[in-house]
Amino acid sequence: MNPYLPVLFIFVFGAVFGTIMSLLAKFLGPRKASAVKQQVFECGVSGDDTRVRMSVKFYMTAILFILFDIETIFLFLWARTFQTLGWFGFGEIMVFMAILLVGYIYVVKSGALEWD
Amino acid sequence: MGLDQGPWLMPLAISIVKFMVLFVVLLQLPPILIWLERRAPALMQRRRGPNRVGLFKWRLWGLLQTLADAIKLIFKEESVPASAHKLLFQLAPVLGLIPALLVMASIPLGPDLLIAGQRISLNIVRLNIGFLFILAISSIAVYSVTLSGWASNNKFALLGSMRASAQMISYEISLGLSLVPMVLIYGSFDLYDIVNGQVQLWAWGIFLAPLSFVLFLICMFAETNRAPFDLAEGESELVAGFHVEFGSTKFALFYLSEYINMFALSLLCAIFFFGGWQIPFVSHEQLQQLLASQNLASLCGLAVLLIKAAFFMWLYIWVRWTIPRFRYDQLMTLGWKFMLPLGLVNVMVTALVLTTRF
Repeated sequence: MNPYLPVLFIFVFGAVFGTIMSLLAKFLGPRKASAVKQQVFECGVSGDDTRVRMSVKFYMTAILFILFDIETIFLFLWARTFQTLGWFGFGEIMVFMAILLVGYIYVVKSGALEWD
Repeated sequence: MGLDQGPWLMPLAISIVKFMVLFVVLLQLPPILIWLERRAPALMQRRRGPNRVGLFKWRLWGLLQTLADAIKLIFKEESVPASAHKLLFQLAPVLGLIPALLVMASIPLGPDLLIAGQRISLNIVRLNIGFLFILAISSIAVYSVTLSGWASNNKFALLGSMRASAQMISYEISLGLSLVPMVLIYGSFDLYDIVNGQVQLWAWGIFLAPLSFVLFLICMFAETNRAPFDLAEGESELVAGFHVEFGSTKFALFYLSEYINMFALSLLCAIFFFGGWQIPFVSHEQLQQLLASQNLASLCGLAVLLIKAAFFMWLYIWVRWTIPRFRYDQLMTLGWKFMLPLGLVNVMVTALVLTTRF
């Protein structure tokens, strides 16, 4: 059997179960919509549209995440085969990590990771 | 692996049956855990906690409280904000449930069972890239968090979801890095191989890679957005974070996936660092001879794994009521400036030690 067949099944099952669950409330619960009830939750002044610009810090984090996550993936592949690669592989990955370390130091120095 | 052309109907049917059993068990998880999460701090703080709701004259220590809550939750009116994005609002809780179920299904829970001459592995999605798949799927959960906050069009929800997603992706790097030494040591991505490499007590992950364990433990709390890293829902500032607009069954779905994720990470922690279903000083073969039955021995293994995972579930609750919440900049500093370099050093040192030994 293709080992991804159960994955497909669970995906479909999760989607169907989740949809049924979230639609269940429509049929079981009371339905009395009113303008006030359908406002977003707020304590104080009622909110405006929130789809505005967010702090750039979050996007920096996302970009840095991609860089370092790719590094982790490379490390996984090396870790799986490193017993056959020996010292050669070790040296190679050290060079790779050193290059990334330079980038990391630059990121820290430039203040991209400061949250205040 | 590969796309072998063997019979597929029977194995798929077995997988489906196994998954249904697992799913029914998982559905029981949140009620019990929520009950524990209310009773345990009550006892810690010298309160009583929910102790009334029971069946007829039996109070059962209030164990049925969460069942009553769940029934109430299902029959609540659902209110969707008028300014919300309707489709994504419906989609977000479902997107959280799917990866949680997939991760749970790809974790092996014990040695194989023998039923009617057929080997039944206690693992529904059996892949030889085991935990790479788990890491990949578990990152999809970020979409649910981000979309739920954005779709509700509420500033509390949006801030909570931005915080939660930034935190989850930051700690995911450290989570991955803390597991690289496990691949180095046990030489496989297959969780079965990793558990089988830990037969001896001194070969357990916690003894071979103690720093990995510490990093993994911290990431466990951060990945599930649990205290002390629950900035995403910091109730004193953000009300409830990304699920503030969600009520009724959608809220229940968020809860369900959160507890499934916690359970999955507890299981992974037991598998990577505490020998999975291995019992110290008694190998699975010895246990088979002792009990004269493979199935009994396998069930023993399953029980041992569940006990180990239960400890970490308890740790989640224990830590939540012990350590105060971090500040957001402290959280990001810890993740990027301490955990990431430490994780890299950990990988380098482990590799250096292992390479000199070959």
